[in-house]
Amino acid sequence: MNLTLKVWRQKNADTKGKFVTYQADHVSPDMSFLEMLDVVNEDLTKKGDDPIHFDHDCREGICGSCSLHINGRPHGPKQGITTCQLHMRSFNDKDTIVIEPWRAEAFPVIKDLAVDRSAFDRIQTAGGFISVNTGGVPDANAIAIPKVVADEAFNSATCIGCGACVAACKNASAMLFVSAKVSQLALLPQGQPERYRRVQAMVAQMDAEGFGSCTNTGACEAECPKEISITNIARMNRDYFTAKLIKQEE
Amino acid sequence: MKLDAKIPEGPLAEKWSKHKFNLKLVNPANKRKYTVIVVGTGLAGASAAASLAALGYNVKAFCYQDSPRRAHSIAAQGGINAAKNYQNDGDSVYRLFYDTIKGGDYRAREANVYRLAEVSVNIIDQCVAQGVPFAREYGGLLDNRSFGGSQVSRTFYARGQTGQQLLLGAYSALNRQINLGKVKMFTRHEMMDVVTVEGEAKGIVTRDLVSGQIETHAAHAVLLCTGGYGNVFYLSTNAMGCNVTAAWKAHKRGAFFANPCFTQIHPTCIPVTGDHQSKLTLMSESLRNDGRVWAPMTAEIAQKLRNGELQASDLKEEDRDYFLERKYPAFGNLVPRDVASRNAKEIVDEGRGVGSSGIAVYLDFAEAIGRLGEDAVRARYGNLFDMYQQITDENPYKQPMRIYPAVHYTMGGLWVDYNLQTTVKGLYCLGEANFSDHGANRLGASALMQGLADGYFVIPYTLGDYLATIGPSPVDTKNPAFEEAKKNVVDRVNQLLALKGTKTVTEYHRELGHIMWEYCGMARTEEGLIKAKAMIRELRADFWENARVSGSANEFNQSLENAGRVADFLELGELMIDDALNRKESCGGHFRLESQTEEGEALRDDNHYAYAAAWEYQGDNQPEVLHKEELIFENVKLSQRSYK
Repeated sequence: MNLTLKVWRQKNADTKGKFVTYQADHVSPDMSFLEMLDVVNEDLTKKGDDPIHFDHDCREGICGSCSLHINGRPHGPKQGITTCQLHMRSFNDKDTIVIEPWRAEAFPVIKDLAVDRSAFDRIQTAGGFISVNTGGVPDANAIAIPKVVADEAFNSATCIGCGACVAACKNASAMLFVSAKVSQLALLPQGQPERYRRVQAMVAQMDAEGFGSCTNTGACEAECPKEISITNIARMNRDYFTAKLIKQEE
Repeated sequence: MKLDAKIPEGPLAEKWSKHKFNLKLVNPANKRKYTVIVVGTGLAGASAAASLAALGYNVKAFCYQDSPRRAHSIAAQGGINAAKNYQNDGDSVYRLFYDTIKGGDYRAREANVYRLAEVSVNIIDQCVAQGVPFAREYGGLLDNRSFGGSQVSRTFYARGQTGQQLLLGAYSALNRQINLGKVKMFTRHEMMDVVTVEGEAKGIVTRDLVSGQIETHAAHAVLLCTGGYGNVFYLSTNAMGCNVTAAWKAHKRGAFFANPCFTQIHPTCIPVTGDHQSKLTLMSESLRNDGRVWAPMTAEIAQKLRNGELQASDLKEEDRDYFLERKYPAFGNLVPRDVASRNAKEIVDEGRGVGSSGIAVYLDFAEAIGRLGEDAVRARYGNLFDMYQQITDENPYKQPMRIYPAVHYTMGGLWVDYNLQTTVKGLYCLGEANFSDHGANRLGASALMQGLADGYFVIPYTLGDYLATIGPSPVDTKNPAFEEAKKNVVDRVNQLLALKGTKTVTEYHRELGHIMWEYCGMARTEEGLIKAKAMIRELRADFWENARVSGSANEFNQSLENAGRVADFLELGELMIDDALNRKESCGGHFRLESQTEEGEALRDDNHYAYAAAWEYQGDNQPEVLHKEELIFENVKLSQRSYK
């Protein structure tokens, strides 16, 4: 396959970026999208140009490092996978592919396609935990948790923190991400003591980071590579209102 | 220097309890006067940082990823072992200890392995308390499965994403301590060197990967939790960024490197498709519970399959060789990882491999689908089948999967004593980065167990002993050793950036990988290893002449990052070869063709090689010096592993 790439290049956070066009020839349909970029980068390096920078690590869809807005969609055209799992057979010969970084005020560009997602870490730091020290905890089977509850908590816990939900949202809202973590812990008995304190702390941090509001368009759910449901957002809103109305002191 | 493993006296089952009592404690009011550096935030690093901070120490934690949650522990699929005996099927601490020692082909320390089994039960309690959503039964209690050929069901799991859930648990504990101000987190920072003052580790040098700034950090102790070095093979199931740099720099500062040649090659990975391949994807070991491994009976048939003249489904039963079932009737497709991998390689070497490259064997579910129905197979393995189809564009419900072994884990690592201290005082090593618990072969679902055991339940005790000994006087980076180490790092960066040759760093890495895979992979010979050593030396020299590194020092520069890591792999590769040459026996994942039984199985030589080989660095391009830690087995009887 021969492809034309229009790639966002930006030297650093302080300089203006622009699209640069590259030709990617002899692309094998068996390559992953990132391997295709690797090959382009090898050519750029040999020509003495700076290779295209992008975040990536595990390349098996679980670490959440890779991002990329591909032809206007986070993680590209296919449902339920990350960019690193996308293969070139999903494209056609002579296609033009537009590649951009996540676009959100709370995710400033570091260089080219790599953005700073540390806002997500700060939200988790604000309250995304159960306050237990190491040791001194009860036996793991001391609390029985109904299988359906455990499974539902697991579904929320599969979030990989990639930020596609923010990139997909016209408001750059982080509600799906935050609500997934809030839900996981709110569903489980271990998470009850800090349930209302947690949701308030995490929402406050989310707002402080400059993410937009949720207007229920559902774009986040549609583009989430782990197909996390917006039911989580409803659950978080319910807990947040409860907290603000009657449980503020908890 | 004589290696002292500091194994406590007394009966096996009492060693750890007695040792914990004998270790010195740090006064609660003094803990806040200490600073500890933790490098790496996978299971070992995140759990250590969180636990030490919870005790009251000040922790500085570092990771090269943009978030601690992305460390490669996240990708572990299968599960975590623990001797809970919740299933009433005869498990015990002793059985887990015994299985681990035997599985490691008797090349691990008894005392360490026993402690690992002992604390395994606490890990599960800890994770559940953090909100880790393990799989449960309808009654609400935890579910277990049997894993990796184990005869008891002791593996706890969270679908196929156990590593992710455990790491998110440790990450949440870490976040809590960041929130409390006890941990200062440095993301996108790479450790470039260890700083030693009068032979003791007192800090590190880091590079801020965004600004390029070289920084120094002082502490009372340094913990390396930086994972394995499987990427020396270029292609592996490791993440792209996994590297040996931190451990290697520590090695050059005096930490011995033990058993570097012990690497685990996992039998069920998706085969390579071409030179563009950047990494390999593991398919969970659980597939071998129902899938049957086979290859065509003859090379002629294999050739026709490769050409597309025949399809796998066209082959009659008599043209198929279910080679694991044939050779190992007792264990069949469930033989340990090293045995399954080696047999697949033999098939390919005989010209009986399949797929367009000829470097694969089949893993076939036709029989299971016939027996259980497609829906039942989908319920068990649906996500894995989807992943396979996503990558290969082939439907495994209709045609057999193609699989081939790939590098997955490294049992070797920095030598540590019973306290997890390296041969450099104040420098500790945890998790996959150390050599301590898995001997020559790791059992499935034991990596997660070891990482968390070290971080949650070992280091919080053993580190205190050292800290109490050195006292809480303040530390800073004023000692000239910091400036000197920093200058070395700056020089190294400039040296790399000065490389303006014609070959990319990736090309060197790929070549190194080819050499390691060919000569120091699943089968090793003296002749091949000698040849490989010369090839690596030549490649390394060529790298420093003709490699090309882009960009500049004071910016986000992935080309530079990669160059530094590959330069270290080019040195480590040679040490692995030396270690493999020295060990003239076969054991676990280390298979020397010269040392096999009549049936072609790994043949140990306990009289000459029942030791851990710990290598001491002597300077660039100098042969390293071998130190032996004799392994003393007081509780288990050494026997030949047999899976017939």
